[in-house]
Order: sequence, then structure tokens, then C-alpha cells
Amino acid sequence: MSLVEFKNVTKAFGGLVVFKDLNLTVEKGEIVFIVGPSGSGKSTVLRCINGLEEITSGALLVEGQDVADKKTNIREIRREAGMVFQQFNLFPHMTAMDNVCYGVRRARGASKKAALKVAQQMLEMVGLDDRSHHFPSELSGGQQQRVAIARALAVNPDLMLFDEPTSALDPELRHEVLKVIQDLAAGGMTMVIVTHEMSFARRIGTRLIFMDEGRIAEDGNPAELMSNPPNKRFSDFLAHIS
Amino acid sequence: MNFEFQVIIDAMPSLLEGARLTVLITVAGLVGGMILGGVAGAARAYGNRFINLIAMGYIGLIRGTPIVVQVMFIYFALPLVAGIRIDALSAAIIAIVINSGAYMAEIVRGSLLSISIGYIEAALALGVSRWDVFRDIVGPLAFRRLIPPLGNQFIISLKDTSLFMVIGVAELTRQGQEVMASNFRAVEVWSSVAVLYLVMTTGIALILRIIEKRMKII
Repeated sequence: MSLVEFKNVTKAFGGLVVFKDLNLTVEKGEIVFIVGPSGSGKSTVLRCINGLEEITSGALLVEGQDVADKKTNIREIRREAGMVFQQFNLFPHMTAMDNVCYGVRRARGASKKAALKVAQQMLEMVGLDDRSHHFPSELSGGQQQRVAIARALAVNPDLMLFDEPTSALDPELRHEVLKVIQDLAAGGMTMVIVTHEMSFARRIGTRLIFMDEGRIAEDGNPAELMSNPPNKRFSDFLAHIS
Repeated sequence: MNFEFQVIIDAMPSLLEGARLTVLITVAGLVGGMILGGVAGAARAYGNRFINLIAMGYIGLIRGTPIVVQVMFIYFALPLVAGIRIDALSAAIIAIVINSGAYMAEIVRGSLLSISIGYIEAALALGVSRWDVFRDIVGPLAFRRLIPPLGNQFIISLKDTSLFMVIGVAELTRQGQEVMASNFRAVEVWSSVAVLYLVMTTGIALILRIIEKRMKII
């Protein structure tokens, strides 16, 4: 069973079609990078997977469950598809530790003690166990994003969705976030990553998808696609962002 | 003129009795007003069209009419219209509840809607229920933004209770008027009344400042 399966999915906001008849499957263990010009529908693809956006037509299965089906418990899907946002979105009134504990307790129903233990491990993994009692406002952007990754991982998802995780960061802070994502890749986590970090995609991606005007224009091995751009749109895009 | 402190000392017991009633009406009225305002504000922020319309009607009616008219209606007209007869103190408390509730509803609505959708989405994306997101994220964050405008409303409502002298509630202003009617010492009496109001409003401001300080981290 594929982890994610888009079958002829269309998403429109009112009259504005974001993507049309999209077909895409993500298998366990894949590290899929989605790139493309802004407005091409990359983020919306991610947000449909965990039900933050409803699809307009077609079928979208996550771990075999139809996200549009009324009988599907969307919270179950969200527990298995962790998300990291461009703007981090850490809860500002909670410490780093409480942020990471939150999902474990409320979404997984863990005890306070069990949640603390998991959160401690996750913060260690992202290298921030010494910042656990700091509030988000006391952390740098890179640190905040690492806490946000720890928060998503703590719920123990099967799949991680990254929505431009480094776009809001200063260049010198990006590497610390990319390092964490790289560690996850090494650990075998399935990931779908929307980004403009092309060299990173080339280094750790198993697959690169180029979205353009609401459709998948290219889909293949990152190194091959980037070494030999198959068409002018893609080579222009590469030239523009590097 | 000569300012006589003895006048103030003599008047103080009845003025303090009035101040006690002012505090009682204000506290009871604001507790009720916060509950009503919370419900109406949440209805405005999250309710469907029908619920929204009811809340808007309530807020429009109350904000669009003077509080004196409202309390007169409750005390004098309601017995005739609906056969409901209540004592003056209850009428005063009800007037503050519905009046402050309408203003607080708008404060609550503004605070709820000011919470960034990003926090809500981040919590939902973890697989947390909508109710938990409201209770743990939106509520606490909105509450912090609520405090300054709420303090303002508390002070306004406290001062509004002085208008209830029109239905004969023996609150502070009414007591001041009665004392003055017996001794004709306007300067001493109204100075004392003003100082007593100032003490009460400053008390509210201080309490809210302490709460705000304790919650400063957002």
C-alpha cells in the first residue's frame, strides 16, 4: 500500500484552480522533493494530504484511507502525517518542552510522564535539549524550526510533510534545520518536502517533482533531472533560483 | 468657603455603604457580563449565519441605546410588558450584565479573530481535536489580548452604576445625593464621592496590571 495516493485530484479555491487531475503516489521510505514557481500549487498538495485543505474532486488516499470520506477520522491521518510549516507556528505561550509534549498528550493521549520522556528524546535529537525551558520568543529562527520538527516527530508519524521549512530563515541558520532533516532521511523517514533548496534536494532526495501551473511537469531522480533538465521551463526555473 | 473634614467623617458611613453596593453591582454584573460576552463573542467569531445574526442583534440593540434607558425599561417597563417584577438592585445587576456583555462580546470576538491561523493549523496538524485547540491554544492566547480592553470595560461599567440612582438603588452616587440633601455640603460630599470612585477604579486597574504582568509571555 502506498503511503499517499492522489488519483485525478483537483483542488480549486472558488473559481481559481490550484491543480488539476493530479496523480501522485508516495511509497514508504521515499524522500520526495516538490519544487516549482510560487503559485504552482506545491504547498496546497501538502495541505491536502493532512486535510488542512479539502480536495475539490478526485480521490486522495493516505495510508489507504480516503481523506474526503466523511467516515474517515481526519485526526487519525494527521497523527500519521506530521507537518512542519514555513513560519514554524510554535505555540508562543508554551516552552519548547511543552510545545513538543502537546501533541503527544492531546493527539496520542499519552500520560504527562510518557510525553515528557518522548519530548526529551526529540529535543535531544534536534540538539535542543538545553533549550527545553525556553519560550519560542527566546529562540532563534533555526532553533524554533528545530523545535517545530521535534513537535511533529513526537507524535510518531509515518510520514513527514515539510512546507518550505527554511524559507523564513537567514541563510546561515538554514543548515541546522537541513541537518535535522538529513538525519531523518538517514533514519528512513518518509518525507515530502516543498523547498527551494535545490542542492539539498539533489543530496538527499530520492525523487524530485517539478510543479508548474497546477500540474506535475517533471518527476524523476533529482540528480538526473538537475544535470540534464529535460525542457526549457525546468532549466529556466533552475537558473532563476540558483 | 470653608472645607470641613468633619462633614466628610460624618458622611463616610453612608457613602461607604453606597460604595459597597456599587462594588456588589459591578462585580456581579461583570461576572455575568463576561459569561454573556464570551458566549456572544464566540457566536460572532465562530457561529453560523443564524447564530451570528442573533448575536449581532443583541450587540446592536444594547450598544445603540443608553444604559439609563435600558435599566428604566428593565425596572419600569418589564413588569407591564411581561409581568416580571424585580427589585431595583436586581434590575441594576441585570442592566450591567446585558450592557457590559454587549461591549465585551466585541472585545472577545476581536481577540479570538486576532489569533494567527498558523497556530490553529499547527495544532490541528498534530491530530488534536478542535475543542482542545480552542481550550489550549486559542483560548489562552486570546485571553492575554483580552485583558487591556477588558480592564477598560470594567472601569466604564463601574462608573455606569452611578446612573442607577434613577431607579433608586442606594449606590454611591445616590448616597452622595442623599447626604447632600440633608447637609447641603456639595464640595465635601462630591469630593468624597469622586475619591471613592477613584479608589475603586484604581483598584481594578491595579488588579488587571498584576494579571497582565503574570501573563506577559506570549
